[in-house]
Amino acid sequence: MSMQSNLDTLYRQVIMDHYKNPRNRGELDENDALTINMNNPSCGDRIQLHLQVENDQVVDAKFTGEGCSISLSSASMMTDTVKGKSIEEALEISGIFSEMVQGKEYDDEKYDLGDIEALQGVTKFPARIKCATLAWKAMEKGLDE
Amino acid sequence: MFDVQKVREQFPILHQEVNGHPLVYLDNSATSQKPIQVIEALEEYYNSYNSNVHRGVHTLGSKATDGYEGARDRVQSFINAKNREEIIFTRGTTTALNIVASSYAKAKLNEGDEIVLTPMEHHSNIIPWQQVAKATGAVLKYIPLQPDGTISLEDVEETVTDKTKIVTMVHVSNVLGTMNPVKEVGEIAHNHGAIMIVDGAQSSPHKKVDVQDLNCDFFAFSAHKMCGPTGIGALYGKKELLDDMEPFEFGGEMIDEVGLYESTWKELPYKFEGGTPIIGGAIGFAKAIDYLEEIGLENIEAHEKMLVQYAMERLTEHEDVEVYGPPADQRAGILTFNIKGVHPHDVATVLDSQGVAVRAGHHCARPLMNWLGCTATARASFYLYNTKSDVDAFVDALVTAKEYFGDVYAE
Repeated sequence: MSMQSNLDTLYRQVIMDHYKNPRNRGELDENDALTINMNNPSCGDRIQLHLQVENDQVVDAKFTGEGCSISLSSASMMTDTVKGKSIEEALEISGIFSEMVQGKEYDDEKYDLGDIEALQGVTKFPARIKCATLAWKAMEKGLDE
Repeated sequence: MFDVQKVREQFPILHQEVNGHPLVYLDNSATSQKPIQVIEALEEYYNSYNSNVHRGVHTLGSKATDGYEGARDRVQSFINAKNREEIIFTRGTTTALNIVASSYAKAKLNEGDEIVLTPMEHHSNIIPWQQVAKATGAVLKYIPLQPDGTISLEDVEETVTDKTKIVTMVHVSNVLGTMNPVKEVGEIAHNHGAIMIVDGAQSSPHKKVDVQDLNCDFFAFSAHKMCGPTGIGALYGKKELLDDMEPFEFGGEMIDEVGLYESTWKELPYKFEGGTPIIGGAIGFAKAIDYLEEIGLENIEAHEKMLVQYAMERLTEHEDVEVYGPPADQRAGILTFNIKGVHPHDVATVLDSQGVAVRAGHHCARPLMNWLGCTATARASFYLYNTKSDVDAFVDALVTAKEYFGDVYAE
């Protein structure tokens, strides 16, 4: 595959759409929601994730932060995906996502992965995998607690 | 001047394609490439006289010792230190600065003493001092930056007081390319009875350094940024200061007498070089110095100045590219920038797709990023083997990045 088409795979339209028009950008009331701060110390990206969990279910998710198109679009997609999922489901999808961006075999049938699959392009850009996983790591950290 | 094409021939790594384009390596502030002479010196050491130093009676042992100690002489003359024992081999600039923080500052500083530095320091010249402050009760004081990312001597005068025990700063900023007046700052420090420490990681590869002329008390630098191998650097310190310091690491090589409960140390410089030293690294370091001096540090500095001026000139055509730091004639060969509306990671990824290697991120200078008001920047940094056509390829790739993201945004 040429570099140009690799670039196009990395920066798919759906990714740029999430970057330009992020879903769930904002904050949730600290009294109702968990707040998780996560940095990528190697590049300076930072995300603050808010998760509202009720009865083992992610009721709402919002994020703020600064980062590149990949990390912010991934945060946008992640928050969209986990809303309404149980903790177990959210963590399982996170595992699937992690395998996908590392270029491993992943289960694309159990859940409707939707926009998330657009981030597959990062497999060709090893230096950018950490950008894609930042928000997901924050979510895992929050739900593990 | 020198023939850049000839220089390029001596760097095997430059002759390759990356992502279908000829490699344009502009990440020299992170690490430089190595000329064949240095690679061959390492190869020769490991192929024909690898041996431990200072203790073998055998022939290879003395050859290795000659190579290692000869390297110390080379480093001494490179920075014009008065005595060879003032050169301590370290893992690099970070370790060198940590030795001073640990063995000098933690022992000498007391509550209320001041350590003066600047917000443009690399993390390796901030965090050791934060740790010293925590351990001793000393306080950190920052010299404010001018809008163009320089410091003024008036501000230095204002910041340094009789309570100041240490003034430390980068010789050349790894982000802004600012060249600090460390000699003049050192005079101010000395007038108040403080010592002057210079982080020379970004200056030693690119300009002639004379530690006696600078009259600094410590000077730290790394081989890998100046055509040498990774894993080795040097700490220069004035003999009377080093003599008065405790070792940093304890173990083999650095001892005089060892008993069950007490030990004594070797003389300088060996008391600071515990364990088997970085022998191959030192030999490669010396060869890199030979190489740079043959070309001439003044010539290298002039060449980079020409490149950075040319690059800044070309970038004036692009209003949406913001360049940080002082004007071209006052900066080293470092160009830190952002394209408006495009994150530097994304810029660097597109540049890489065109074969152009730049750094994107906070450059281990978070406090400076805060001062600049951004979380990250992209950085192109030049060295002796870069050419004007490298600059052209870089600017062309920036245009590609702008167009690429312009199109993506327009969709």
